[in-house]
Amino acid sequence: MKIHRAEEIWLIIGIAIIVISMAITGYQAFALGMAPPSGMEHIDPQKVDDTAPFNNPGVFQTGENEYEVVMTLQIFSFTPNKIEIPAGSEVTFTMTSKDVVHGFQVAGTNINAMVVPGYVQTITQKFDELGEYLVLCNEYCGAGHQLMATTIIVK
Amino acid sequence: MATITKETVPSQSTVKEKIHGMLGVNRQDAKLSLVLISIAFIAFLLGGILGLVQGLNRAGLFELPSWLNYYQVLTGHGVLLVLVFSTTFTIGYFYAAFSHTLGGLLPKVRKMGWAGLGLMVIGVVFVATTIIMGDASVMYTFYPPMQASPWFYVGLVFLVLGIWLYAFGAFINVAHWRKNHRGEHLPLLAYFGVGVFVLLFIGSFGVTAEVLYIIPWAFGWIDTINVMLTRTLFWSFGHTLVNIWYLAAVSSWYVAIPKLIGGKVFNDSLARLVVILSVVLNITGGFHHQIIDPGINEGIKFMHVFMSLSIGFPSMMTAFAMFATFERTGRKKGAKGLLGWVKVLPWGDVRFLAPMIAMISFIPAGAGGIAQTNNQLDQVVHNTMWIVGHFHLTLGVSVVVSFCGIVYWLVPHLSKRVLTPKMNKLGVIQTLIWTLGMIFMAGSMHIVGLAGSPRRTSYTTYGDNATALGWDPYLFFLAIGGTLLIIGCVLMFYIVFHLMFKAPKGETAFPIAEQEEGAHATPYWTERWTVWIILMLAIVAMAYVIPLVDMIFNAPPGSPPFRTW
Ligand code: HEM
Ligand SMILES: [Cu+2]
Ligand SMILES: [Cu+2]
Repeated sequence: MKIHRAEEIWLIIGIAIIVISMAITGYQAFALGMAPPSGMEHIDPQKVDDTAPFNNPGVFQTGENEYEVVMTLQIFSFTPNKIEIPAGSEVTFTMTSKDVVHGFQVAGTNINAMVVPGYVQTITQKFDELGEYLVLCNEYCGAGHQLMATTIIVK
Repeated sequence: MATITKETVPSQSTVKEKIHGMLGVNRQDAKLSLVLISIAFIAFLLGGILGLVQGLNRAGLFELPSWLNYYQVLTGHGVLLVLVFSTTFTIGYFYAAFSHTLGGLLPKVRKMGWAGLGLMVIGVVFVATTIIMGDASVMYTFYPPMQASPWFYVGLVFLVLGIWLYAFGAFINVAHWRKNHRGEHLPLLAYFGVGVFVLLFIGSFGVTAEVLYIIPWAFGWIDTINVMLTRTLFWSFGHTLVNIWYLAAVSSWYVAIPKLIGGKVFNDSLARLVVILSVVLNITGGFHHQIIDPGINEGIKFMHVFMSLSIGFPSMMTAFAMFATFERTGRKKGAKGLLGWVKVLPWGDVRFLAPMIAMISFIPAGAGGIAQTNNQLDQVVHNTMWIVGHFHLTLGVSVVVSFCGIVYWLVPHLSKRVLTPKMNKLGVIQTLIWTLGMIFMAGSMHIVGLAGSPRRTSYTTYGDNATALGWDPYLFFLAIGGTLLIIGCVLMFYIVFHLMFKAPKGETAFPIAEQEEGAHATPYWTERWTVWIILMLAIVAMAYVIPLVDMIFNAPPGSPPFRTW
């Protein structure tokens, strides 16, 4: 099997792209803490309303400039609906689904997570810019999927 | 590289086979392939019409009547195009290729082919009926705990059984050929076929297990289901499937195109290595559909970045081989200068133009794929319209336009007719309209997806939300693209059936490029399929055993069924 010199160079470039991709992704994930949302905690999807903290969804201050939003997703809404937080705060969303698979996406940010029944999913984001953010479900969840949205107001 | 045990020149075949080769595909085999290709393009037309409905709806231009639901339409679109069209075309194409290159299908295999078709038709009838009745608006991914009618899943079982029968037929035919041609290399196109059927067969294990698990739940015999397990099993198959179509398209780039432009196979050994790598590295890519899922830890997700990216390597080998073939052929025709060879290529010949456009489109499509496989970048675009733009480039252009390119010689070859200059011209127009439509549609899908517009969502402004209203101009371009596409779709439908029943009678050759004179012999280890399959299973085990065991033995309480549409 003979490989041309030019092809060798080309394939080395290919390997380099793969290696560099891995390095950047690994660095961001493990050194900068930017790994994708991977909630490992379990919950009984049929008992969400009776299980802490989801028996009391809402926005909670957890520190200076730190908030936790405990949220349930169900067809076709987010609870709590309408979230307000002060600018500059770091918000952790702790979420689970009461029925089918939903998606949690905040347009214009990197917040994007699948919310699967049986799991507690978390994602953290700092909100610096003032304004109204559109929160929407990005996984098809049924006839009213296109209505499943809310807003986060940063003021 | 590995030890070379025995070297032979692949094209050593007996005189008897040369005659067969000239005669082309056996008549009885041709009928099977023509029926499969007909079904493919009927599905293509129907799927295209549903696609237009979606495109117009999403742009806010068309409100669906009350008896038709957007998600029902989208389920139909996905099933028709990504399951029915691509499967039937690929099988029809490779069965013709086996018949042509291996000296006809064995009578037993031909029978299996018809039986496989029967099973697939039964499957499609079940699936289509449940979708039309509104009992299965669950998308082609049918994620539990959404639950369709049990007959939807039963239909899927029939579809899979049909595919398996075709895979067994392929293996039997190839084994028979090898028994009679000891020490010879399988013809390159048949070699691609083996890769495709190995992937179709082994790649469908995951989804088969999934469906067999869902069926008792769908009939109500078990109460709850393990959601993450089903998702993971699904994607081990879903991802493999799209790569199978790509591999089928690539086979025509390697084997037919050099012949059509008057060139030779660039490098037989490297082509076979591409097939091996595509088979070995494929199935594990499925995890990149679950990058932002819970229940899979960050370490495993990181390992899977590598698993997904590695498939880029054979793609780069293909890119090199293609452009090297063009350059070499061009120079032989007297082209000068760095890019002189570009001009001497037969741009006006649709049999070349179509696959060439397919290849070029794979450059941005592949680059986009490499980017979005990296975990944090995926998080930006996951489940947005960006992804829909991505696979309309990879599937809708690279694969579909390659398949259309195959049609222009395969259908007349099978129907004993010829491609007239007039049809060729119509083909060129079709190719350009389709490409332009996809540029509009996939282009705006990418942009609007980056802006946050979600996939699988009917027209909505989320209560006149300013962000959502900002997407409308792009969605309008999406609809323009969709309109061009439906014109291309109808044209292609006409062309296929014209070539099948109306074009002037005559002989059309099955284009199979030969090797360069004095080419290096292909090492015989490329024929060791057991080794490649073991290697593939080892990689699948590496990727899947830990997460699957964890999902099964460390599962949260299961989910009851929901019907939310
Ligand atoms: C007339 C041509 C076509 C048009 C106008 C069209 C349009 C669309 C649109 C607008 C969507 C996205 C809908 C949404 O997410 O809300 C979509 C989804 C999709 N399209 Fe197409 N498409 C066309 C051809 C094709 C072809 C040729 C293929 C593949 C061979 C294809 C495969 C798919 C798949 C797999 C989906 C995703 C379905 C899902 O999310 O479950 N489409 N198409
Ligand atoms: Cu939803
Ligand atoms: Cu994939």
